[in-house]
Amino acid sequence: MSEILLEIDGRQVEASPDMTVLQAAQKLGIKIPTLCHHEKLEPYGACRLCMVEVESRGSTKLVVSCVYPVENNLVVRTRSEKVDKVRKMILELLLAHAPDSRDLQRYAQEYGADKNRFEKEPSFCIHCGLCVRYCAEVKKKHAIGFIDRGTHREINFIQEIASKECWNCKECFPLCPTEALQAAYVLSGALVSSLPIFK
Amino acid sequence: MDMERVDQIIEKHNSEPSSLIQILLDIQSENRWLPKEALERISEKLQVPLTRIQQIATFYKAFSLVPKGRHGIHICMGTACHVRGAQRVLDTVEELTGIKPGETDADLKFSLETVNCLGCCALGPVMEIDGEIHGNMTPAETAETLKKYE
Repeated sequence: MSEILLEIDGRQVEASPDMTVLQAAQKLGIKIPTLCHHEKLEPYGACRLCMVEVESRGSTKLVVSCVYPVENNLVVRTRSEKVDKVRKMILELLLAHAPDSRDLQRYAQEYGADKNRFEKEPSFCIHCGLCVRYCAEVKKKHAIGFIDRGTHREINFIQEIASKECWNCKECFPLCPTEALQAAYVLSGALVSSLPIFK
Repeated sequence: MDMERVDQIIEKHNSEPSSLIQILLDIQSENRWLPKEALERISEKLQVPLTRIQQIATFYKAFSLVPKGRHGIHICMGTACHVRGAQRVLDTVEELTGIKPGETDADLKFSLETVNCLGCCALGPVMEIDGEIHGNMTPAETAETLKKYE
């Protein structure tokens, strides 16, 4: 396998062909903000916060670095006016759902995002899928999944599996960028009574 | 729905995980809804996690996880039907069946849904029952039509 040479923030970096732009940047020690990324899990590209600007063959575009494979002679900018603007907007939209999330507030400060810009709709879940993917990919228990779609999409525990597995595991809780409030809430709901959606 | 029939349907699709949606559709059309026991059986036979099945069953509007009535009423609320009085048709149906859109009555006779266009705007206001189109509905005609269904 031949190495791939690309440029990130003006610095040259060698990467193997199966790496993503995010991984190449991390190799250089460049920090790209992420919410849905986890080393043990497959890239998912849900939060879009790791958006970067790439330049190849003369044109620039915004791509999601955690799912964008490296390519030769790619020029990547992890911070630019355009990138910062997009990240600020994403943060403001996510903050409408999880206004008290510490991760989000930390990033909001960095990017100057106003948490009151959009009307609040606190569902606590930002659909990063970390809990769902961790349970499926690492623990292989499939105790938690998404249900419904669009604005109604939410996480849901399978009662039968959750009552056997979850109390002794709970490894998904600290992964949650919104501090596991929703996970804890839904889990206790699933254990106390069967959820109305899935009787 | 008995589990033997569920097994037959799964067998028909060779217990193929990629046929999951087809299996769900077959059960839905025969049984009018997807009982939890059936989903668990599919999960077991296809070796597909229940979370995945649940995600699909709640994603598509064609599937229902609660029992549906013998007759499905769809009332078009599209623009053309709306200006021709779809709301009055809906009000009449709601009053006669005692259910709101998305609900099913207690003796599982009717399930009521609103839709955004049935594609025959010239016939508005349109009501569809079990796939049959009833056009140019008035509240009185609506009541007459509903009486025909048992």
